[in-house]
Amino acid sequence: MDNKSGGWTDQRIEAIIGDLLRAGVVFSGAIVAIGGMVYLIHQGNTVPHYGVFHGEPSDLRSVTGIVRDGLARRGRGIIQLGLLFLIATPVARVVFSIFAFAVQRDWLYVVVTLIVLAVLMFSLTGGQV
Amino acid sequence: MTILGLTALVFCGSLLAGLVGSLTGLGGGIIITPLLTLLLGVDIHYAIGAALVSVIATSSGAAAAYVKEGFSNIRIGMLMEIATTTGAVLGASLALHVPTSAIAVIFGLVLIYSAAMSLRAHDVGDAADKPDAIAQALELDSTYPTSGGLKGYHVHHVVTGSCLMLGAGILSGLLGIGSGALKVIALDEAMRIPFKVSTTTSNFMIGVTAAASVGLYLKHGYIDPGLGMPVMLGVLAGAFLGARLLPRMKTSVLRHAFSAVIAILAVEMIYHGLTGKL
Repeated sequence: MDNKSGGWTDQRIEAIIGDLLRAGVVFSGAIVAIGGMVYLIHQGNTVPHYGVFHGEPSDLRSVTGIVRDGLARRGRGIIQLGLLFLIATPVARVVFSIFAFAVQRDWLYVVVTLIVLAVLMFSLTGGQV
Repeated sequence: MTILGLTALVFCGSLLAGLVGSLTGLGGGIIITPLLTLLLGVDIHYAIGAALVSVIATSSGAAAAYVKEGFSNIRIGMLMEIATTTGAVLGASLALHVPTSAIAVIFGLVLIYSAAMSLRAHDVGDAADKPDAIAQALELDSTYPTSGGLKGYHVHHVVTGSCLMLGAGILSGLLGIGSGALKVIALDEAMRIPFKVSTTTSNFMIGVTAAASVGLYLKHGYIDPGLGMPVMLGVLAGAFLGARLLPRMKTSVLRHAFSAVIAILAVEMIYHGLTGKL
């Protein structure tokens, strides 16, 4: 697979993927940490009820609801927004891999990666079997 | 206990889980759920949601460091992700219908299996092995860095590996774990990939697998920001630390200790599941 096209070796692709993952994690981690501070300052002294499951309110279950809450600077909404970015990190890696395999003209793996992306999109848009 | 106290406790536990999980290749997610349910009395649905978050964080956090070392094989990872993501969607759909007590018992059994498997010796097929036709057609053979320079390896039993990966995906979606143990088995036992490569490639795949089931968990309200926050930040801190230590650590002692902890948690999970306490 080496040097099939202009310097896009597996090593270089892996290095870029590494940077991409790190950036995604650091970015989402920072947002979660900020949201966490807001949340703890406002609600840190109350007692949580995690012993019984009642599910999250509907605004913390969908992408649009989370973005709305996050922008309203509510602690839990900001954290959830950060968690969404974290979830998006591996998805971004898959999207980048499609590009990387295409540059290498490795069409077999472009197709493989597209299949993986299709399954991810099916799940993240709320699809279930 | 107040939210502040719980957050601090969950953070510390997650830090430890992330560190040990990345050093042993088992992933921190596997002990997040027992930690939250058994020790802190959190409902198993919330625990699974938080564990999924931790699984994505561990995988991405450690992979960022691993891929630079050149240990992972991106083609094997991507090919096997077809099986793991499909399994994950199936598993997450299944989780919505399976009763809590059954989830706890299955979780316990998987924990025991993981503990046992992490103790086995790593017999790596030697490099003079014959190449495998399917693996060659799929361009899976590669090299990895050793102290004596780059070393080539051949990949075997791609179909068996894929079937194991489908199973790993189902368990990942059902239990909110990374299924690192099963993935590593598929990679080094079935496909005969060198241990360092299988551990890092597995770690790499775990995040994508978890992302494939997390959509369903989010939609059904299993992802709680109050738990997700300390779990994610704790596990990340641990995973970054672990990835730094891995290249110069002998992990056998740690594996034995971690296996013992997992076995104890497993028995607890099964007992609580059977007596309906979870």
